[in-house]
Amino acid sequence: MARVWKFGSDVDTDQMVPGRYAPYMRPGEDVGTAAFIEARPDFNQSAQPGDLIVAEDNFGCGSSREYAPLALKRRQVGAIIARSFARIFYRNAINLGIPIFTAPEAVDAFQEGDEVTLDLEKGEVSTSKGIVALPPLPGFAREIIDAGGIAPYVREHGKFPGEG
Amino acid sequence: MGQTLSEQILSRAAGKAVQPGELVIVEPDVVMGHDSLTPSIIQIMKDELGKERVHNPDQIVLTNDHVSPPSTVGVANNQNISRRFAREQGIRMFEVGRGICHQVLVEEQVARPGYIVLGSDSHSTTYGAVGAFGSGMGSTDIALIWATGRTWLRVPETIKVQVSGSFGPGVTPKDLALKLERDMTIAGATYAAVEYHGLEWLPLNGRQTLSSMAVELGAKVGIVPPSGEVAERFPVPDWLYVDPDAHYARMVEVDLDGLVPQVALPHAVDNVVDISDIAGTPVNVIFLGTCTNGRYEDMRAAADVLDGKQVTSDVRLIVTPASSREMHRAATDGTLATLLEAGAVLTTPGCGMCMGRHLGTLGDDDVCLSTGNRNFKGRMGAPTSSIYLASPSVAAATAITGRITDPRDL
Ligand code: SF4
Repeated sequence: MARVWKFGSDVDTDQMVPGRYAPYMRPGEDVGTAAFIEARPDFNQSAQPGDLIVAEDNFGCGSSREYAPLALKRRQVGAIIARSFARIFYRNAINLGIPIFTAPEAVDAFQEGDEVTLDLEKGEVSTSKGIVALPPLPGFAREIIDAGGIAPYVREHGKFPGEG
Repeated sequence: MGQTLSEQILSRAAGKAVQPGELVIVEPDVVMGHDSLTPSIIQIMKDELGKERVHNPDQIVLTNDHVSPPSTVGVANNQNISRRFAREQGIRMFEVGRGICHQVLVEEQVARPGYIVLGSDSHSTTYGAVGAFGSGMGSTDIALIWATGRTWLRVPETIKVQVSGSFGPGVTPKDLALKLERDMTIAGATYAAVEYHGLEWLPLNGRQTLSSMAVELGAKVGIVPPSGEVAERFPVPDWLYVDPDAHYARMVEVDLDGLVPQVALPHAVDNVVDISDIAGTPVNVIFLGTCTNGRYEDMRAAADVLDGKQVTSDVRLIVTPASSREMHRAATDGTLATLLEAGAVLTTPGCGMCMGRHLGTLGDDDVCLSTGNRNFKGRMGAPTSSIYLASPSVAAATAITGRITDPRDL
């Protein structure tokens, strides 16, 4: 079973990985160890692979630092679900192949600490209170995530998704 | 149908008339990488994309500004990786001390009206100050451009910001930027381009302040039509113009008459109040710098307030010029002398303490008033520290009293 970690609005990338913990500042260290190190020490210490992040509006605002979603990827977050996302974060997460859902209707169905099961194939999450459907990803995003990220996609296809 | 500036720039790059919402593949004119991310971009290009050489070295510019000069062996080694890469690939690099990427690319006219300028840094919106389509991306996107010369962009809707009136004494472009945060919120322009109108009279430096903070509205781009000083100093292509038939998703109006100095309170950029609501709050660190407000005019505005006065012993005022040229200008006309006589500390040009990594990192419970652009919790150091954002004039007035002070009250 996966656990739900709930976040509020405007969670910024400085909270996900403070600039002082960037790979640039700590060569050779796994950036995953810095995920929410100061803002959510409980997440930092006990998040397990497959856990879900569920947030309110504008998740990932602030810096373009890709190491913020990369830290969440290294922690093997199962999916990120939010009412809305900041632009660069959304793009970075898709590029890294992280399942990411803009799902304003789904957010209230989750409580902090819920035990859930994510089925990415079906696009749904089972909770103790029932099944929560996730909206389908935009076509190009699904192609990228299925390929494991934009780098493997371009390497395999020799072009961007949708490019003639 | 008419087009906004962003639509004109993307149409030209895509070779067809584009519409908001459309995805286009373009070859950006300039792609910037800075010291903080260049090593990771190189690694993605080589290891994940399997490319040993960049597609077009002339498209790329590198800077060493985020931890500059380096503070640790690890950072120094990382900068050497970037340096070696620049040399071996024939890429132009601006070195330690030259200044903040967004300032240097404008000074060097690497960013120009009508260009698409993408950077591994969210404040790449700053290039909108010269009428460029400037936007930030993550390391993988930048690595892909290095490898292929191309990227995909979604054509943004454009929000028109119509400015009227003029600044009263002690009120500055920073106060306008903060007022827009207050009115539009940190997510008010997500995915959109912001186009600022009514500012033909505004000098380049004020436009840079405004465009840099467009990303704090969530915007993809923050573009000022290249008029006035920008049109005098930069070549403006004749296809780039304000089209009266352009379609805007929305219009936001702001009147500068009656605007008073604004202050963003910890820990949100859009948590903005009039200075009278917060005046008197004690602070112990003052930071004058960043791509938003670290230019000559910002140091000059602070020097005008501090002239003949002293920084109170309860605070430290740290001045980090945005670039070596801005520092040189301030050194030549006595601006720096005034600041130093008042008790300021001067550092190497660059990002300085903006990201909390060096040259003034905040400790536990420190309270900083910064002329920068972000006051997120822990951004400048300890998670228990806090950051207020304001203009250089407010920063200088606050340095004299140790409490947030309206420069008009001195
Ligand atoms: S000055 Fe601050 S906001 Fe500007 S580029 Fe440097 S770190 Fe980023």
